[in-house]
Order: sequence, then structure tokens, then C-alpha cells
Amino acid sequence: MAKIVEPNPEFAKIIQKGWPGGETLMACYQCGTCTASCPSGRLTAFRTRQLIRRAQLGLKDEILPTEELWMCTTCYQCVERCPREVEITDLMFIMRNIAVREGFMSEQHKKIGETMMKIGSTVPFPDDMKKLRVKMGLPADPPTTVADKKAMEDFRKVMETTGFDKIMKGGKK
Amino acid sequence: MSAKFALFLGCVAPYRYPGIEKATRDVFKALDVELVELEGAGCCPAPGVIRSFDQATWLALAARNLVLAEKKGADIMTICNGCYGSLFEANYVMQHHPEKLKEANEILAKVGMKYNGTAKVRHFAEVLYKDIGIEKIKAQVKNPLNYNVAVHYGCHFIKPSRVKHLDDSERPHILDDLVEATGAKSINYKDKIMCCGAGGGVRSRSSATALKMTEEKLKNIKMVGGQLILDVCPFCHLQYDRSQKDLPGFDIPVIHLSQLYGMAFGMPRESLGLEAHEVKFNL
Repeated sequence: MAKIVEPNPEFAKIIQKGWPGGETLMACYQCGTCTASCPSGRLTAFRTRQLIRRAQLGLKDEILPTEELWMCTTCYQCVERCPREVEITDLMFIMRNIAVREGFMSEQHKKIGETMMKIGSTVPFPDDMKKLRVKMGLPADPPTTVADKKAMEDFRKVMETTGFDKIMKGGKK
Repeated sequence: MSAKFALFLGCVAPYRYPGIEKATRDVFKALDVELVELEGAGCCPAPGVIRSFDQATWLALAARNLVLAEKKGADIMTICNGCYGSLFEANYVMQHHPEKLKEANEILAKVGMKYNGTAKVRHFAEVLYKDIGIEKIKAQVKNPLNYNVAVHYGCHFIKPSRVKHLDDSERPHILDDLVEATGAKSINYKDKIMCCGAGGGVRSRSSATALKMTEEKLKNIKMVGGQLILDVCPFCHLQYDRSQKDLPGFDIPVIHLSQLYGMAFGMPRESLGLEAHEVKFNL
């Protein structure tokens, strides 16, 4: 028997108002061009059209905890081809932001966030790379946050102001 | 043409593939374009991960980098699609949504900064193609190349095309033209404009999924005899280069456009940092 789901228009509104681009959600008429264009969907269970439909219906519990929400590579191919100009990638960002605030964030992603807070970069900077840089005639530290204490303090202060560490813990809704 | 550009290094180039940084500096010097340092720049921040976690943080950190360029009186030049995507789109958001601009400036005020919107965000391949031009590049080629090159555009260079207006997103040609200026041949292959698989936080969260997409691309490149994978994004570069050790049967060297130009301009191989690559360059 088909499962009857109860729409939640309130949650759909939260998505629409989440960030610029969200307002295009209801323009989707479910043609499926997005799914057909998706490089991730052709190899996984991720179905872009289905996720957008769930968003239109506000099916919070069928969006936020799912692995599919994190299968999009943000390649914009669906956005390029969407006949209704739905900002699908923007909608992905909005829904992922909500999921993170609700505590649905993978350990790997938390680690990336922590590296950001520490050195101002999403990837670590190991010593062997410093050696290679010097060998090539580059300064051991590039002129980024890793070589500038004040810049790193500013960078961290920006993240503290937005509450990034609390957001990552799922504690700020 | 802006007389100078503020070089935005990003993370993966300086911390993983410094040859990309070095080659960029040398190539632009040879082309007589001044690059100024963007001291204290941080992560762009990465569009796939940080933007997915919190857009307000993403915007404020991007705005901080943009302010650093404003202070230099120069447009930003990125050597990475991800940096280009983040910085370009953050600029776009602040210029089209006053409420987002206000929010970002309120945060920046805490570190004594203000975004004014005077710096443009440029991709180095766009600068090469539009500002410098193919003819001037050809004049620098001292060592014409003779490879079959599989061009990988990546995603955030030309897409979303409705805001970037750089090239046709289904049939782009900029990179093919830039590659062929060296004498090399840009080959056609199936799903050429497809993503490498790494973006959107997929590589970090679900590396097996990313790997499947990369394998698909590699198969298509191998099928038509691609000798070299050409990218304009250190993150795509990393994905193609490091994935091949987990995928038996593939051994296709990966090279950033700056490194290809370094080679064609006759710069010594050891100055291109190829030793940091997993797949050894034996062409």
C-alpha cells in the first residue's frame, strides 16, 4: 500500500526563505531533467527531482537525516539545464545548512571545520610540503593565514562571530 | 586590462601541489603580468564544504578575502575553480542582496573591515584567454608540445553560466583553445564536461562515491587515448591524481594549465613541482 505523507508547508517556507535562491523552490514542475543530468545520481541512489519534491512538500524527516542530501557535488549541471530556472544547488546548500544545525553532520566534515578554525584552511599543511616549497624556491609558508598571526586571529574571529563552532555541534538552530 | 592582479592561492595549491603556485608565478611573469601578494588570505572558503555547513560564515570569510584585494587596489585572480566559485558568488550575493551585504559587513566590522565591492573576481584561465590572448601566449611557446590532452573544465569555472558568462556550459572551448596554443591537441571524450566527483563535500564524506565518478571520467579519457589530463583547479587535480592509486589500470598524468604552460614556455621540469604528483609524469 502506498504510504500517505503529511505535507509540512511550514518547513517548505523555511527552505524558501533560507537564502537567496530558495524562493525558486515552488517553480519546479518535476520534469526530472535534474536527475537525468546528475553525475552523482547516475552512480548512486540520489535523485535530485525527488529531493526537490520532498522540499516542496516540506518533508523534513525525509530530507535532513538522509545520505542523499550529501551526494550532490554542486556541479550545477542541473541548474544549467533546468527549464524552470530553479536554483537547485542553492536549495542544496540551504537544506544542508539546516541539517547541520539540526545535528546531522558527518565526522569527516566536522574535522574539516576544525581544521578551518585552526589554520584557516580546509586541508592541513604538512612539513614535507614546506620542504618541497623551499626546494622549489618558494617561501616555506605561503603569504596566507599560516604565515600571519594577526590574519589568523581575524579569520577565527569572523568564525566565532557567526557561531561556526556551535553550528557544527548542531547546537545553534 | 587590470594592470595587476592580486594572486589568491587558496589551500590545495600551496599546501599540496606547490608546483601549481610556482608555475603560475613564473608563467605570468613571462607574460608580463604583475601579480601582487594577498597577505593574510584565508580559505576562499571551500564552496562544497563550508558553504554547505553555514552560508553566513562562508559569505563573511569570502568577504574578508575580497576586502584584502580591495585594499591592494587590484582584482583577485584565482588558480582554482573552487576559490573562483566561492569568491565570485560571494561577490555576486553581496552586490545583489543588500540584506546579505549588511550582514557580512556587520561581521567584518568586528575585525575592522568593510566590504566596498571594488574588486572583481577573475579565474586565471579567463585572464589568459581574454586579457592576455592566444597570440601573446603563442609567442611565448619555446617548446611546442605534442600530446593528446584530455581537458577537464571542472564545474565552478564556467557554471553557473547565468552569472559568469564566460563560455557555453554544454560546449565550452576556452580551455581547448588555451591548450592548443601550446601545440598540443585537445581531444574529445565522452562526458567531457562532467564533474570529477570530488566537489560538494562528496570526496570527504563519501570517498567511494567520488571515486566512482572519477573512474567514469578516467575510463572515458583512456578510451580515446588521452595522454594527459589538463585541469584548472587544484582540487580536481588532486582528485584525478590521488584517485589513480586506488584504481588499477589507470596511469594518466594530471597537469594544471599553469604547469602545462611552464613546460611549453621552456621552463625547467623541476620548477613545475611534478614530484608532488602521485602519477609520475613520464612523457
